[in-house]
Amino acid sequence: MIPRFTAPLLPELILSIGGTILMILAAFTGRRGSGVTSWLAVALLIGATIALVGPPSHAGPVFDGLVTADLFASFGKAIMFPAAAVAIIAAHGWFERGTEHASEYSVLIVFAAVGMSVMVSATSLIALYVGLELNSLAGYVLASYRRTDERSAEAGLKYFVLGALASGILLYGISLLYGFTGTTNFTGIAAAFGRGAPSLGLLFGLVFLLAGLAFKASVVPFHMWTPDVYEGAPTPVTAFFASAPKVAAVLLSVRVCVEGLGPATDAWRQIVIFAALASIFLGAVAAYGQTNIKRLLAYSSINNVGFALVGLAAAGPRGTSSVLFYMAVYVVMTLGAFLCVLWMRDAEGRPVEDIESLSGLAQTRPGFAAAFAIFMFSLAGIPPLFGFWPKLLVFTAAVETGYVALAVAAILGTVIGAYYYLKIVKIMYMDEPAAPYRRVRQPVQGLLILVAALAVSPLGYLLIGPLSSLTDRAAGTLF
Amino acid sequence: MIGSHLLTVLIAVPLFAGVLCLFVRAEGARWIALIATLLDLALSAYLWVTYDPNGAQWQFVESVPLGGAINWSLGIDGIALVLIALTTFLMPICIGASWRSIQKRVPEYMAYFLLMEALILGSFSAQDLFLFYVFFEGGLIPMYLIIGIWGGAERIKASYKFFLYTLFGSVLMLIAMLYMRSVAGTTYIPSLLVFNFPREAQTFLFLAFLASFAVKLPLWPVHTWLPDAHVQAPTAGSVILAGVLLKLGGYGFIRFSLPMFPEGSVQFIPLMFVLSGIAVVYTSLVALVQRDMKKLIAYSSVAHMAFVTFGLFAMNRQGIEGAMLVMLGHGLVSGALFLCVGVVYDRLHTREIAAYGGLSDNMPGYALLFMVFTMASVGLPGLSNFPGEFLSSVGTYRASSWAAIVATTGIILGAAYMLWLYWRICFGAARTPEAAAMKDLDVREWWLLAPIALAVVWMGVYPESFLRPIRKDVGRLMTRVETVAPAGDSHLTPGNGAVHIDMGAMH
Repeated sequence: MIPRFTAPLLPELILSIGGTILMILAAFTGRRGSGVTSWLAVALLIGATIALVGPPSHAGPVFDGLVTADLFASFGKAIMFPAAAVAIIAAHGWFERGTEHASEYSVLIVFAAVGMSVMVSATSLIALYVGLELNSLAGYVLASYRRTDERSAEAGLKYFVLGALASGILLYGISLLYGFTGTTNFTGIAAAFGRGAPSLGLLFGLVFLLAGLAFKASVVPFHMWTPDVYEGAPTPVTAFFASAPKVAAVLLSVRVCVEGLGPATDAWRQIVIFAALASIFLGAVAAYGQTNIKRLLAYSSINNVGFALVGLAAAGPRGTSSVLFYMAVYVVMTLGAFLCVLWMRDAEGRPVEDIESLSGLAQTRPGFAAAFAIFMFSLAGIPPLFGFWPKLLVFTAAVETGYVALAVAAILGTVIGAYYYLKIVKIMYMDEPAAPYRRVRQPVQGLLILVAALAVSPLGYLLIGPLSSLTDRAAGTLF
Repeated sequence: MIGSHLLTVLIAVPLFAGVLCLFVRAEGARWIALIATLLDLALSAYLWVTYDPNGAQWQFVESVPLGGAINWSLGIDGIALVLIALTTFLMPICIGASWRSIQKRVPEYMAYFLLMEALILGSFSAQDLFLFYVFFEGGLIPMYLIIGIWGGAERIKASYKFFLYTLFGSVLMLIAMLYMRSVAGTTYIPSLLVFNFPREAQTFLFLAFLASFAVKLPLWPVHTWLPDAHVQAPTAGSVILAGVLLKLGGYGFIRFSLPMFPEGSVQFIPLMFVLSGIAVVYTSLVALVQRDMKKLIAYSSVAHMAFVTFGLFAMNRQGIEGAMLVMLGHGLVSGALFLCVGVVYDRLHTREIAAYGGLSDNMPGYALLFMVFTMASVGLPGLSNFPGEFLSSVGTYRASSWAAIVATTGIILGAAYMLWLYWRICFGAARTPEAAAMKDLDVREWWLLAPIALAVVWMGVYPESFLRPIRKDVGRLMTRVETVAPAGDSHLTPGNGAVHIDMGAMH
């Protein structure tokens, strides 16, 4: 007899059971099996994505309201699982060269995906913490995956220490909230906040909880780890960090704020507004002097999450929907950009991360340069590229909620940020060619870059209709 | 099928040709670009012929919802029609001007040019607010690349300046657009044109749009990107920049600022007049002392564009019609002047005025055409700029005689710097042996300049053909603004009002 809860949890079951089997497989086959393991992991993730289709995947609360399978969660999973799969594919041709054992990489990503999946479906503080830690623990190992590389080990350690601190802050917030409300359930907490003005203890809990989440989403002022970890971690891992876990953290914050802290909107809104603007401006300004492309993209991701938070600050179904839209497009742009970074190899095939090495790429590798330029203009939010549209949506949400000044400030941030994206385009298109990159023979990655570039090109505007109706419905489940 | 999607085809032709260019070699790209732009010229000629000046306000309308807040809504009125015609007319000339002078990365160059044509045509024909914004802003990318890749020594700085200046202006407009949508509940431009925004909101909306259009036009003091961009851009880039891109600013005022926020506009008439007045006098004086030909013409563009703002913010029929004609005339003449600079630059590779002289001896054909364009730029009756500048001055005089006095000094200064430029280049003795040895225009260059010269004469002799399509649209604009437009001062009469001159009656 199959228990009742299996249908709504099918994606997580596929990933957990499949991941465990893969781990055993990896242990037995060793390095020889790494190719098979990674494709099996991709298959698992695709299978889990397919399992999202249909009513059971948004059937409602499971495990007495610890987690829920609703459309909001399914939307997040539908972005994160493919993103995780791309991160696995991104590692092809990366770890084989060294002495690393590549099989566990895919397994760890699958487990991280389970963690993220719990994060976006969590409706209780306990599930929230479990999902977040599952994701983070996999992340710590992934960051230091290249054991022999000092930078990678440093990144892992830094991530772990700071992550543990953030978890501590988060737990403290959770304990305060539990202590003052007597429940860990989001709806119960919302009810407690709904009973008149929140007490000081509740507000403390709220602030600590949000601080912990802000660390995961690398929102200013809890962003310090991001550039270092992004730079030190192996590039496929960085691609993963910048995409799926970020979506999970942002979506989790949205659910906590809207579902759990809904009646206290005025209390958390000012925090979110500050975090959004600080992220936008710091992300834009700090990227100016960077010479390492991964650090630059780290600041770019901080900047972009700031824009998504503008949508959260607007609250309401409109704002939530715009956040979902933003994260969906953001993931495509970021993964595309990181796949391009993966292809930056010197003549011997060693990875290069120096921005100057992109000089004159448009002349040596026109297609590669065009794709990279599309991602840069799109991340900058310059029309007619599709990256403009999600920015427009979050600004619309802010203006319609009456936060015109917020929208004005954020939009000025786009102009400041545009400079460093333009700088990359300038280096690729206007400078004299540097030593050409060695060609990477990875047709699947090439195809992914092409698909991502087409999706954020003006052709993306054709997706507005279906995507916005989906995000509207997904956001609607929270209200 | 094509008949009902004519504007889409007009935009799609250069777009597809541009993509195609990327996959062929230099010579193929040149021909593809030429054929595509000529095809667009033919299409726009068809638009012009079939456009009914007495028909509906919006013609060739088409609309496909894209879902969300944006619609693929296209349609043109007479104002858009003449600007589309100007764009498609100048484009093949730009391609021709780049035929030999651009030698590196030709397919890319042609692709960006065609992309830009598509985006400009899109901005003129968009009927959806956000669609307009997408096209309007999108034009930055190809122009940024054109200046940055094929420009002169200072190209990088100029391209950044161009991009960030205009982006900064535009994002404020975007905020205003978001607000408009939330208040009016629609992004359909024809509906917004008759929507009455709250009075106090109009002030801010006007300022936000001003930030964008003033940079684009450009208006003093935010014009400083223009000389840099012009000097560094390749010849064809300058032509398209001066000929068409600047017109987007004027078009923006006519399409958005005046009819959508009439009360907001009225409040800022003094500001606009002061800025335009400073622009006319100051940039003319700056033009006078330039040593670089291109820079001189760039500054003259700023001065001419000030006539557009003078005319528009006079808020009467003469002023607005005059502003439209100035835009068209300036589009032709400044484009032609940049081509003339390009002709000698291709031979001598310097834009220093001091390096030339006496060209009328060895380049008589060039001297003749250059003379025609110089005279047109000065505003000689019978050539293209005269009707526009005259009407615009008349309109300004009706609104404010002081403004008109300042504006007309610009015409005198314009004559000074243009004639002096012509004198230094074409008359006297050649200052260098290289300049004396230059050959006259070849067949290609004749093909580039002669059509513009014909158009210049046509506009000067019979401006009615350009006024007819816009007359009813200007009338519609007048109904929006005349209720709030302040009474001008030109009918003030000394004494007991014995002499009452109503310029409106003369029209």
